[in-house]
Amino acid sequence: MFKLEPRNEQSLFFVYFSPFISVIMSIFAGAVMFMVLGENPVEAMKIIFINPLKSLFGLSELMVKATPLIIIAIGLSLGFKAGVWNIGAEGQYTIGALCSGSLALALYPISGFWVLPLVLIAGIIGGSIWAAIPALLKTKFNTHEILVSLMLTYVAILLLSVMVHGPLRDPDGFNFPESRLFHYSALLPILIEGTRAHIGTIFALIIVFGAYVIMGKHVIGYQIRVSGESSKALSFSGYSKKTIIWICFLTSGALAGIAGAIDITGPVGQLVPSIPVGYGFTGIIVAFLGRLNPVGILFSGILLALTYIGGEAAQIKMSLPSAITGVFQGMLLFFLLATDVLVNYKIKLKRFFK
Amino acid sequence: MDLFEAVFHGIIIASTPLVFAAIGELVVEKSGVLNLGVEGMMIIGAVCSFVVTIETGSYVYGVIAAIISGSIAASLFGFVTQYFLSNQVASGLSLTIFGLGMAALIGQSYTGLSLTEFPELNILTLNNIPILNNILFSYDYLVYVSIFLVFAVYYFLNKSKFGLILKAVGDNHDAAYSLGYSVKRIRFFAILFGGACAGLGGCYLSLVQTPFWVENMTSGRGWIALVIVVFSVWRPLWILVGAYIFGGITIIQLHIQGIGINIESQYLSMLPYIVTIFVLVFISTNKRRLTNNSPACLNKIFNADL
Amino acid sequence: MSKKFIGGLLLAILVGLAFYYQAIKGEDVVIDDGVTKVGFIYIGPIGDMGWSYEHDKARLAVEAEFGDQVETTYVESVPESQDAERVITELAQDHDLIFTTSFGYMNPTLKVAEAFPNVKFEHATGYKRNDNTSIYSARFYEGRHLIGLIAGGMTKTNTIGYIASFPIPEVVRGINAAYLAAISVNPTVEFKVIWLNTWFDPGKEADAAKALIDQGADVIMQHTDSPAAMTVAEQEGVYAFGQASDMIAYGPNAQLTSIIDNWAPYYILRTKDIIDGTWKSTDTWGGIDSGMVELAKISDKVPTVIKNLVEQANEGIVNGTLHPFTGPINKQDGSVWLVEGEVASDGDLLGMAFYVEGIDGMLPN
Repeated sequence: MFKLEPRNEQSLFFVYFSPFISVIMSIFAGAVMFMVLGENPVEAMKIIFINPLKSLFGLSELMVKATPLIIIAIGLSLGFKAGVWNIGAEGQYTIGALCSGSLALALYPISGFWVLPLVLIAGIIGGSIWAAIPALLKTKFNTHEILVSLMLTYVAILLLSVMVHGPLRDPDGFNFPESRLFHYSALLPILIEGTRAHIGTIFALIIVFGAYVIMGKHVIGYQIRVSGESSKALSFSGYSKKTIIWICFLTSGALAGIAGAIDITGPVGQLVPSIPVGYGFTGIIVAFLGRLNPVGILFSGILLALTYIGGEAAQIKMSLPSAITGVFQGMLLFFLLATDVLVNYKIKLKRFFK
Repeated sequence: MDLFEAVFHGIIIASTPLVFAAIGELVVEKSGVLNLGVEGMMIIGAVCSFVVTIETGSYVYGVIAAIISGSIAASLFGFVTQYFLSNQVASGLSLTIFGLGMAALIGQSYTGLSLTEFPELNILTLNNIPILNNILFSYDYLVYVSIFLVFAVYYFLNKSKFGLILKAVGDNHDAAYSLGYSVKRIRFFAILFGGACAGLGGCYLSLVQTPFWVENMTSGRGWIALVIVVFSVWRPLWILVGAYIFGGITIIQLHIQGIGINIESQYLSMLPYIVTIFVLVFISTNKRRLTNNSPACLNKIFNADL
Repeated sequence: MSKKFIGGLLLAILVGLAFYYQAIKGEDVVIDDGVTKVGFIYIGPIGDMGWSYEHDKARLAVEAEFGDQVETTYVESVPESQDAERVITELAQDHDLIFTTSFGYMNPTLKVAEAFPNVKFEHATGYKRNDNTSIYSARFYEGRHLIGLIAGGMTKTNTIGYIASFPIPEVVRGINAAYLAAISVNPTVEFKVIWLNTWFDPGKEADAAKALIDQGADVIMQHTDSPAAMTVAEQEGVYAFGQASDMIAYGPNAQLTSIIDNWAPYYILRTKDIIDGTWKSTDTWGGIDSGMVELAKISDKVPTVIKNLVEQANEGIVNGTLHPFTGPINKQDGSVWLVEGEVASDGDLLGMAFYVEGIDGMLPN
């Protein structure tokens, strides 16, 4: 078979080209799958990958869908770099949405320029508090953070359900489990007239840039990277592992929280029980596909959003079941992850006869 | 059966898929690999066993299909993580996405079909002690397989030579490699075993618990299995305790509602998760036990041999 | 990676996007080929054997009815959140009529409807409509009344188990209707309700059914979507009622009957209105009389006396002489809801958030 030899430094060529290789590979594999299912593979690929990029509507929706994914993934990437495993971004996202939504409803119908910032801050606080629980348990009792954050996700979703079925429901809504629509001053301004593209996308870009600067230049970024590589080096450098855990959890919680706040004050515009749709988990994949690099995350977030939107389009235009989207996404992810190896390793084919 | 026996019975049935999936994942993690794709492998096992049972009319073939299909799903993860050195967390999540989609495709034309009752084990009957009989001997044979499997893994990890090697690989892969063990191959087989067990857990859902196939029928049980592994602090026999406690809280929560208690049902639904967190905190206060049992190389990439 | 390189890359992308934006602005072309296009969006997969499955059956009925005249499209498993509006908009671009088949699609549907005044929308189970959005729902509580009668007559233990999903008016209404009917034929009957907080989790539904049976229930009703409870009832030898679709395949001995959501007549009617150009925004709450709510064949195990009772009630509901919620009815806390002879208003029913007197347990407030 083959042997992997570590490269001395990352291959810049493969940093940029391995994603293309994997996209091409999954397009071939996908084509085979579509042919087996009796569909036209070229048409399917065109609908999934090209068509959403050909209309303003598609592009604006791509922005709406990619924004929370990118924001969440950026937050998670800090922790993953430091070896802090926050798997519960979904819960932090949910609590962020719940807190900012509650505030927006409490302020209703007050209008003013200060409403929206407050509502967004409530989301940040909510997400951070929810992330502080696993951080606290980890630093105080050394409780495994993956599981606590995962368990808290289920609790968060149920908490949202209690609130929306109970105190937060629309007083004129016949007791249906939905809040009233937010007042316009609690809604994110729209970026492109006639679409849902909102200024949350700008926030996402700012966050990407901020993360790039912090991870590349700032001492905290250095500490985080060191912490992930070995804890011995860390103890020389000043920051304790506990501080790093707190920084990572609070940041990723805050970002997941603002992602939740952005989603409900942007495209949704009210609190509904089904706000958590798995962005927290998809965010994990986005973070790794982007190799935990802010710019990489920007692109992987867009790519993943594209497969969701393209998958919907394939259902509409070709009557393909939604399961195919999942299979295709899974294949694409596996290829992307597998070709990542080329960045850090050279492949040497072994000879059969030595 | 009186209520106590019935509740006990219900807990065992609800927990068995978790026992299967968790004991498999425990072996995987002991070898130093974190596979978050349990949910995906479970659902693949659920659909394949159902399809095969419907087509052949034989539960035995169905169970075998679950084992094989679960391993095949796991082998995808094994290849990318072991031979292509991909990130384990991301690969596991991808496996879940892939598995849920693939299972839905495979099962498309099998929704709406139903199986007859899964055969129970009727060899052992102590008719003169009905309570014991109901509590101990009134299950389908997969329940006993699951318990046997837990003890077998216990024996394997603690008493057998291969078990020691597997643990060595999980604790210090460089040392194990320098002793001449093929780290990747051992991990690959551990991953296959984990897939087979997850497949069995899935087939318990689609063949026994609810004898039909519908999309997304695992509804998050794979994640619970991961929790149980840490809950057990990577000790096989504690998998049983963890799974039965989790299943127990779920079932008792339902019974409390049936009796008619005045509390919002959402809070009761939160109960299993909150209790788990408290138990986790309690467990983790004992640091020595944790460091003694948790595999040191969990989720670390190894590259040296083939 | 150098800073210059990244900066250059980002700049290039931005400039590229700006050009691209200019190129594609206002380029949404709609082709009308004379075929009526009807779109559907579902909350679950069409293979859920429950809610979405029945809507999709009705979609196929529309195709069968009109043949080449219509084309139908569906999108399954669309969450009731950020994604809903996008999918509806995408359908609206080249469809004439769109059915949005879950409550949570209400606000997205209205938003899209305002942006696409020429497309007609039909939203299920909501309460807001406008000039090009109709709302429709079914009076499932009428069906619940009928199965309540059967349950009250069939239970030997006087205990009926009820597996509920979310505490929304629709579900609460069903519990109340079934309870009032059951108690009318069997005053000693007791209801045990378990809320699962999910529409769909076969394992949990099966666990709940088992718990109810263990607590003495010998008739199981459900307001969740999978056939899990039916299979448990079959194994444990008790009776159960199917939900949304005929579940006889899962419980040949257990099923007494099923409440079937039959959306086909309504969907065919509305599609015909589009073809004829006579579509108007309406508010439909169809019951047994409209065929929207049906019962599957009642099991032979149900004695003739009870069958006759059901038959009478069915006739009464159809010709308007019987309303399942007719006073005197008290609320759970003992306060009066309906006085002797008073019939519940549709508004009261739509927002029902309380149990009637006699049911234990608590609803969120």
